[in-house]
Amino acid sequence: MTDNYKKLQKKSQDYINNLYNNKIVIKVQTGTSGQAVGADEILKSLSLKSNNNINVLEVGSMGLMYLEPIIVVILPSKDKIFYAHVDEYIANKIYKHYETNESIYKENAFAYDSTNTLDIGLPKISDLPQISKQLRIATRNFGEITPGDIFQYVNSGGYQAINKALFEMTPENVVDEVKNSGLRGRGGAAFPTGLKWSFLAPSKAPVKYVLCNCEEGDPGAYNDKGILETDPHTLVEGLILNGYATNSNKSYVFIRQGHDIPIRAIERAIKEAYDNGLLGENILGSKFSFDMEVSLTGDSYVAGEETALMEAIEGKRSTPRFKPPFPAASGLWKKPTNINNVKTISYVPEIIKNGSDWFKSTGTEKSTGTAIVCLSGHINRPGMYEIPMGMTIEDVLEDIGGGSSSSTEIKMLQTGGPLGGVLGKEGFATKIDFDEMAKSGAILGSGGIIVCDGSVSVVDLIRNLVAFNQFESCGKCFPCRLGNTHMYDVLDRLCNSASKPNDLELLERIGKSMKIGSLCGHGQLGYNPISSSLKYFENEISDSINNKLEPLEKMLIPTRTRPSNLE
Amino acid sequence: MLPKIGVDKIRIGNTSGVDLSDNNIDSDSLRLKITESISNQKRNTVTVLSSLLAVQDSFHYIPDVAIEEIAKTCKVTINDVWSVASFYTNFRFTPPGDKTLDVCWGPSCHINGAQKLITQAHKLLDIDGEGESEDNKVTLRYSTCLGACAQSPVFAIDHKMFGRLNEGKVNTIVETLKKE
Repeated sequence: MTDNYKKLQKKSQDYINNLYNNKIVIKVQTGTSGQAVGADEILKSLSLKSNNNINVLEVGSMGLMYLEPIIVVILPSKDKIFYAHVDEYIANKIYKHYETNESIYKENAFAYDSTNTLDIGLPKISDLPQISKQLRIATRNFGEITPGDIFQYVNSGGYQAINKALFEMTPENVVDEVKNSGLRGRGGAAFPTGLKWSFLAPSKAPVKYVLCNCEEGDPGAYNDKGILETDPHTLVEGLILNGYATNSNKSYVFIRQGHDIPIRAIERAIKEAYDNGLLGENILGSKFSFDMEVSLTGDSYVAGEETALMEAIEGKRSTPRFKPPFPAASGLWKKPTNINNVKTISYVPEIIKNGSDWFKSTGTEKSTGTAIVCLSGHINRPGMYEIPMGMTIEDVLEDIGGGSSSSTEIKMLQTGGPLGGVLGKEGFATKIDFDEMAKSGAILGSGGIIVCDGSVSVVDLIRNLVAFNQFESCGKCFPCRLGNTHMYDVLDRLCNSASKPNDLELLERIGKSMKIGSLCGHGQLGYNPISSSLKYFENEISDSINNKLEPLEKMLIPTRTRPSNLE
Repeated sequence: MLPKIGVDKIRIGNTSGVDLSDNNIDSDSLRLKITESISNQKRNTVTVLSSLLAVQDSFHYIPDVAIEEIAKTCKVTINDVWSVASFYTNFRFTPPGDKTLDVCWGPSCHINGAQKLITQAHKLLDIDGEGESEDNKVTLRYSTCLGACAQSPVFAIDHKMFGRLNEGKVNTIVETLKKE
């Protein structure tokens, strides 16, 4: 431990002591998802109250989004009581109760946490299957700390990895550690992270960039923004490590405008890191200097592609570039560049802190560590969960997700975003790891899993996905620009029971042209939703080809980017 | 220092074909406000895109003069600025309504009945597709994903999200929106 880090630790300790000192702490879980169900109003209302014995604290979501808004009361004895489905009125009632009583308020409570067993008729939080089946590495601080508050982060072990790397390890050691951990990119392509870093590290260029991709336009996935808005310091720490390992001095966190909550959180985290000597010149008194900046983009899904992202940071249209040259040779402003997804970077601090062997002990041989999945749709417990790789999809759906939320069984899943796949019941035994998922026809991708019950028509679902793809095609390569539009038209007539006999072959032909004629994944993978659904739902699709199904309603989609000559 | 953007040969001037000599009395003060919002950006890396975002943040649309001013600031052509502004779907070139209602049509919201709710919002606001209501109080926009899929279906008013919607809630939201 260096003196500078010890000083920071001491400061954090004092700050935390002051916060908890024989007081009741009420944590209100906010974030994008909490805000959507009214957590902000609760926080505002409770913050207005002043009682010297009660502190109200904003924290990020713990992932149990189906129970939100959640508030957690921490008693001076350190026992925690969790309350679900709270609204302003109930929150005030809870506050009032703890102002005067020492007993536990039980209404709306769903779990407790304590070192002892409390006999209050509630389960212990760690006994709930949706918690016990998880293994939290990147999301370890979820629901615990205030987003962007550096002292709370340091107090929970934060920035130790920086201290260790800067003073006990060479940059090569850091790269080797990440390589040895087997960490693979969580953005979708699953490329080995350490290997990627080792491309940039030897470059002698005076200016090199490390970028972090939080564009995350995939509908159904919200884990990147989740990390940013809940524990942004993990990302800042990981990016500093990335910079140190590759001898780069400048980084950008790239995120779409309009997502105010994650943007605010990461900007606060960066500011506090600068204020406390963890960013800027001579970090913690070492010889390493590093700068970080948030770069905002307009609405464009393709901006999430690595070279398109660089175009967007440069302020241009976010269209993909030709490769080679690859980013490690010539990337942002033609300088050598490394780019990783938010989730990938967020694992790095824990890997450096605990060692690569510790990380490797979780997961499968080729997919080490954990996966962060986002459940939504027709499932009992939609939310964000971090699970060890190798767990089967069935277990995730039943144990963590709690099964179908309707009277019909789960019919299919949509995984990996709109360029991912559709997975039928036969595929539910698949293990969640990069290679197994790819074999099943679905991809793990960004980790979004949308659950559909029996009421959802498969052609309607893929029409929705292809509608998204055609809306978001950047237009640079015509097979993607026109192909997606054409595929949408064909799927639309399938849904209207007006299909033509050779429509399936037509779709396949368009898909093939898109695959060979497009620069980036948006066109290359555009046929994925259709090919994967054909694997599991051939009968249903051929029924709609033969116009045997009831026509579906016309889908309302934006027409802003639709080539008008095709109307 | 500004990073180098765009073409090497710098042309500044009106190449958009749009008449920028606005006879509006406010045009000078508009231009002043625009230059302020461009120069007040609190980031180290100022680009065409970041300037467009800054202008849209303060004006909620991109006035024609802004295109010219951004071209001057970033030392690129007006066409370069137009090409960026017309690419990203969040930029608009006419003033929006007082409030913007984003309706999500992503797959999570879709399978949870978003289409019905969107139709309902259309009827209540008397808007067809995307656009402004007659009294210009509300702009309706489709959104591909608002990022709160666990609470789907979701709408948002000026970035404030409303989740777990049903017909009744949409009625309440839209009615309060119309009254404001």
